[in-house]
Amino acid sequence: MAHSTSTAEQYNYAIVRKFTIMTIVWGVLGMTAGLYIASELAWPFLNFEIAEITFGRLRPVHTTLVIFGFGGSALFATSYYVVQRTCQARLFSDGLANFTFWGWQISVGSAAISYMFGYTQAREYAEMVWPIDLLIAVTWVAYLVIYVMTLRKRSQPHIYVANWFFIAFILATAILHIFNNMAVPVGLFSLSSYSLHAGVQDAMTQWWYGHNAVGFFLTAAFLGMMYYFIPKQAGRPVYSYRLSIIHFWALIFLYMWVGAHHLHWTALPDWTSTLAATFSILLLMPSWGGMINGIMTLSGAWDKLRTDPVIRFMIVSLSFYGMSTFEGPLMSLKSVNALSHYTDWTIGHVHSGALGWVAMITFGSLYHLVPRLWDTKMYSDKLTYLHFWLATIGIVLYISALWVAGIGQGLLLRAFDEYGNLAYTFIETVSFLHQPYVVRSLGGLFFVAGMVIMAYNVAMTIRQGKREQAELEAKLAAKLA
Amino acid sequence: MKHETIETNAGWLIILTLIVISIGGLVEIVPLYFISDTIETVKVDGKDTIRPYSALELRGRDIYQREGCYLCHSQMIRPFRDEDLRYGHYSLAAESQFDHPFQWGSKRTGPDLARVGKKYSNEWHVQHLINPRNVVKESIMPGYPWLMQPLEFKDVADRMRALKVVGVPYSESTDGYEANVKRYGKEIADKLNIINAESNLIADAQNGNFDGNREDITEMDAMVAYLQVLGTMVDFSKFEEDHFAKFR
Repeated sequence: MAHSTSTAEQYNYAIVRKFTIMTIVWGVLGMTAGLYIASELAWPFLNFEIAEITFGRLRPVHTTLVIFGFGGSALFATSYYVVQRTCQARLFSDGLANFTFWGWQISVGSAAISYMFGYTQAREYAEMVWPIDLLIAVTWVAYLVIYVMTLRKRSQPHIYVANWFFIAFILATAILHIFNNMAVPVGLFSLSSYSLHAGVQDAMTQWWYGHNAVGFFLTAAFLGMMYYFIPKQAGRPVYSYRLSIIHFWALIFLYMWVGAHHLHWTALPDWTSTLAATFSILLLMPSWGGMINGIMTLSGAWDKLRTDPVIRFMIVSLSFYGMSTFEGPLMSLKSVNALSHYTDWTIGHVHSGALGWVAMITFGSLYHLVPRLWDTKMYSDKLTYLHFWLATIGIVLYISALWVAGIGQGLLLRAFDEYGNLAYTFIETVSFLHQPYVVRSLGGLFFVAGMVIMAYNVAMTIRQGKREQAELEAKLAAKLA
Repeated sequence: MKHETIETNAGWLIILTLIVISIGGLVEIVPLYFISDTIETVKVDGKDTIRPYSALELRGRDIYQREGCYLCHSQMIRPFRDEDLRYGHYSLAAESQFDHPFQWGSKRTGPDLARVGKKYSNEWHVQHLINPRNVVKESIMPGYPWLMQPLEFKDVADRMRALKVVGVPYSESTDGYEANVKRYGKEIADKLNIINAESNLIADAQNGNFDGNREDITEMDAMVAYLQVLGTMVDFSKFEEDHFAKFR
């Protein structure tokens, strides 16, 4: 116990533990909400004519809980862990760290509840009403302060590469959040507000935000996670230091240009969306730079694939990262986008990134982290394997179903009969979607089941860790007596 | 500068990162506010035909957002043959110039609504919103029977004031009103007058009779009023075929 007591003093693990637990709680809730709304599309009676659970109100609950609840808490947990370990310094200010915990959890929880009761800004992925936006802004500034102050306390001259990505993510998210949420409230006591921008400018601002929520929140930051946990778990150094430098700067520069590919063929001027398409294609290079660096770091530890379930999560996450960052530039081509936009192909693409990359690297990192935080072993490796297979099969079902749905519907909508009339009415294409929607729900069910198993496995691990510690303390007390 | 300088200095890392991540947004967003071609001018007989929403339509739009309609319905028709046949003329930037926030959407689980106005009767919309399967058997849209509840509109003037702050030409002074008369004509200028917001809303709901019940002012009144105005503000027969193409 002497060892872990000293690390407990050296590092603030308590805050990492709290965020880790909330990652799993929001993961279970957010993914369940996702499964439910996916099922509403397949079986619309599930809306039950109850306002609070209709698709339109639950969808932001799903996106907010998984992106900001699950993803956000995972990033707080891992970044607070990584910055302490790589700087060999205790996290700056326990009080401020706790403030970020409560600020973040209250933001996420109150946002989800407020959507169900109809309070929303109606901006995709930024639906939070203005008071919650303010709380998020304050929390985020505290996060930046903690991060920078901890970096300044470091006992290593170099700032480790994972921290570059975390810093870029914190800075970019601050800028995006502030500029995208500028709005004028209807009154001091009204939750309603109207966006400062309108129409074209509003659309551009929103998708600059929306795509960089993907680029920085769901990519750069998770690359930070990758750069710490993959080398640790594989027991090998990062493959190429030079590559990490090049792809870091290229990635953060290029991402900021690509948002307008969500607005191809709209009333946004052509020059803007053409620029966005160009940079989207360029973005393939730094994305794959990161993927290659991760995979090559694992290379040489391939034998561990047979014995280490954590490595499996990591390699699959990198594979999906590579795949979805190839699919993304493809879909940003105007001709492809003409078909894919407005269809389920986009939803499938997002999930190959969100489930395949973001969730899988998070699972891998948490399975690495949890035993260390509670100073024990995972309760069951078998359950970890089971989670891995459920998650992997779930993703494959999900994205293949939505390829069929999206590409299929896209083709039906633009089909003409021999007289040049539309071959299908809109509702005929909706009927076509039923089967893919059922398979998508099944994929979601697999993924949620895996998440629930993880929650159980982690809960049992925590119990086991606490029991072991109690036994040890009892022994120590007996010896001293 | 060697990269080592950045790696060993948090200040440099932060400053350079901020510069690198700012460029894309500055280049793509800022010009949209200054290039005058970005939003088309749509004038007929010297008057703007695209106007801000009336008080009733505005409340309808608020409900549209509350229910998350934008998550399944786009309001942005692209310049393709199939969309032209299905939905009508492609959307103009000018048509969403008063939309705070924009409602272009990103997914069509249901059809585009940019030009749904006047395509269906009020009765159709009421039936459809109460239970979509009343009129479209295969529909997967949820029913919204609670839209028959009374409409809250005490704060509609405050809402218009907030929109005025962000640039929507509602008027609260004689000067503002006169400017609107000049820009849109008297009839519309009256609708944009914040001082009469509540009485305008009541009159519109009762005269329009959107929900099939003249007495009650329901959320359905507002919602259907909003849906019925979508895409109806530009009369494309008044313009040359390629008039709007040059803005693209």
